[in-house]
Amino acid sequence: MTQDINVKALKKNAFRQSKVRGETASRVRVPGGLVRAEDMVRIAQIAEDFGNGELFLTNRQGVEIPGIKLEDMPKVQERLKPIIEHAHINQEDTDHGYMASGTRNIVACPGKRLCPFGCYDTTAFAQRMDQAIFPNNRHVKVAFTGCSNDCAHVALNDFGIIGMTEPQYDPNRCVACGACVKYCQSRSVSALKLVNDKVVRDENKCIGCGVCVVYCPTRAWTRSKEHYFRVKIMGRTGKQNPRLAQDWLRWVDEDSIVKIVQNTYAYIDEYIDESKPEGKEHIGYIVDRTGFEEFCKWALKDVELGPKTQVAKRVYWDGKRYDRENELV
Amino acid sequence: MGYALGMDGFREVVGALAGQYRLWAPVLKVGEGRFTDTDVVRYDFVTSADEIEWHTRSDYAFKEILTPLSQTLFYFTDGQTTVPPADTRDVLVFLRACDLCALRRLDQVYQQSGPRSDWFYDRIRDHVRFALIGCPESQEDCFCVSMGSNVAPAGSYDLSVDFVAGTDGEPQVLMDVPAADLAALVAPRATAERDVEPAHVTENETKVTVPAEVPNSIYKSDIWAEYNARCIECGRCNFVCPTCTCYTMQDVFYTDNGKVGERRRVAASCMVDGYTNVAGGGQYRRTAGDRMRFKVLHKVYDFRRRFGYDMCVGCGRCTTVCPEYINFAAAVNKLADACAAEAAAATATKEGAGANA
Ligand code: HEM
Ligand code: SF4
Ligand code: SF4
Ligand code: SF4
Ligand code: SF4
Ligand code: SF4
Repeated sequence: MTQDINVKALKKNAFRQSKVRGETASRVRVPGGLVRAEDMVRIAQIAEDFGNGELFLTNRQGVEIPGIKLEDMPKVQERLKPIIEHAHINQEDTDHGYMASGTRNIVACPGKRLCPFGCYDTTAFAQRMDQAIFPNNRHVKVAFTGCSNDCAHVALNDFGIIGMTEPQYDPNRCVACGACVKYCQSRSVSALKLVNDKVVRDENKCIGCGVCVVYCPTRAWTRSKEHYFRVKIMGRTGKQNPRLAQDWLRWVDEDSIVKIVQNTYAYIDEYIDESKPEGKEHIGYIVDRTGFEEFCKWALKDVELGPKTQVAKRVYWDGKRYDRENELV
Repeated sequence: MGYALGMDGFREVVGALAGQYRLWAPVLKVGEGRFTDTDVVRYDFVTSADEIEWHTRSDYAFKEILTPLSQTLFYFTDGQTTVPPADTRDVLVFLRACDLCALRRLDQVYQQSGPRSDWFYDRIRDHVRFALIGCPESQEDCFCVSMGSNVAPAGSYDLSVDFVAGTDGEPQVLMDVPAADLAALVAPRATAERDVEPAHVTENETKVTVPAEVPNSIYKSDIWAEYNARCIECGRCNFVCPTCTCYTMQDVFYTDNGKVGERRRVAASCMVDGYTNVAGGGQYRRTAGDRMRFKVLHKVYDFRRRFGYDMCVGCGRCTTVCPEYINFAAAVNKLADACAAEAAAATATKEGAGANA
């Protein structure tokens, strides 16, 4: 017998409407991609006891437990409680499963906790951002990656945050071995050259990846005390006009980024087309409608950018317009 | 004469020393390591006891005071040279037993390997005194006991520093101060006079066997080939080493007419590409394996052939710092095994030949 269930309310608690009638799937989101092993065991146990013994690993660092009978939902919610409590997220009611929302799970690569090239603690920043913007119905995607390698694919997000360090050069420790020049060329963007047996950095070309610091054998190159970021905006996948996010800010600080993303929600509230399915619209399409300057006006409200921050005056996106042209050339 | 001091008294001593000397000591440089928010311990000038990293062996050696990584020897213009003035205020260097043994190697190379002593080295060396930091326990990768450099050579230091728990449980500093002028500075701040023997390590986890003889056939041994794939030829193992003395020269011209410039002496590494380049495009050691062979043999054999004792003091820095986890002690032990095998094979051949005769 079909249970009388409000599937819209179901989705709000991160239970997905399954193709299989009478079944659901529960999505456990992991902000910043770092989960305690004991909670992973709990998730696995839910799949064993109530699901079909399988787990989907989602693209945005969640775990989806398929094959749950709708009538088992209350029991699953009970089992999810400790997992939600450990996630340190803004969810007061932990008795009714994970709260889903338009704002997508915040993704992060392992960053400096693990990766030699990671320029900051991606997990911590993702968790801080989670605290600042969750839960929220607006469809916003934020992702963090440790360096310009962009292992987290932040260029597919509305806000893609990339770690940067400003390399500090001590000529007195430099022996002109050339390692930094060589590796900046082979692993990065060729921003360095030797002039008179000391290294010169093209400041405009340098992307702050820190490769020179990693390879310098004498500590002539070290990292800046400050952590900096590059912010790319309005990348998206999807049916109409998928495109990569483009550079907007560089050498920007952590506090400003949090404020900018928070400000963006007010902008969305003002300009969203509520007639879109379930009242959700990618911000990028709103920006296409209002113009980039209007977005900047809202996003940068009361934000005091540091002296090093550079702001793009214009941002151009490309990508195929399937809504206009579907031919192959 | 030896002394016991409370921490406050000790801080005063270091403060008083800072009044008379530039203090060159290991310092924990926060955030200056290779990776984000990692640290490095390297030498720098300090003015107080609390700035000094007393307990962890430095990643980079004290030698940078005597042989700076990059040093301008003189400036030149048309037909004229000017030697820049050196800071010749006295320096007190805080260092460990292995480092004091390394000092002997530096002096050997810069002062006693040719008809005359190196003028630029002497200019600094003549103003440097040494303070020993005791080693209560072995640090990561050290093999100083194997190299016989776990104890500071007699008369090599003017004062020593050891941290111990006093009888009342409060931290205490023990100092052995052979230099009378420095004893006069320590004595009034001490809580007691007593005999002090600086702490030293008597066993390391890492042990090496240094081959007594190395046959020429080791040149062709297959123990070196693995480093071709492993070593990235970064030279860290040499730049951190307290006994590496190699340098290269840079003549730099500032102006378009090429008549004004400076000559610099900068640290060189036999692991880094270019070290064996010679005029005409020749290069003697091209592969990492060849360079590793040369380095290892220089450290534990070739230097001894010339000066009678091994260059390496077993401080372990080269191993700890290697980004590719190349363990120098393991390389020396592989060399010793290969030498033993070669010797055994040679004996067998001889005996075989004898039996046939
Ligand atoms: C059979 C004759 C020669 C042999 C075996 C020989 C061997 C060498 C070797 C092994 C080096 C490298 C030394 C080092 O890097 O420590 C060297 C360097 C050098 N040789 Fe010779 N050499 C010979 C003849 C000459 C002659 C005839 C000249 C000059 C007319 C010369 C000029 C130089 C110079 C200028 C260097 C230094 C090159 C540099 O550092 O780039 N050599 N030679
Ligand atoms: S930070 Fe990266 S891009 Fe900049 S100089 Fe260093 S290696 Fe090159
Ligand atoms: S890697 Fe370091 S020592 Fe080598 S050239 Fe670059 S800055 Fe100088
Ligand atoms: S042995 Fe290690 S530290 Fe030395 S050059 Fe090779 S990779 Fe660098
Ligand atoms: S070769 Fe290695 S262990 Fe030996 S003195 Fe140099 S750094 Fe220390
Ligand atoms: S030859 Fe190599 S190992 Fe020997 S002192 Fe020079 S740099 Fe060090």
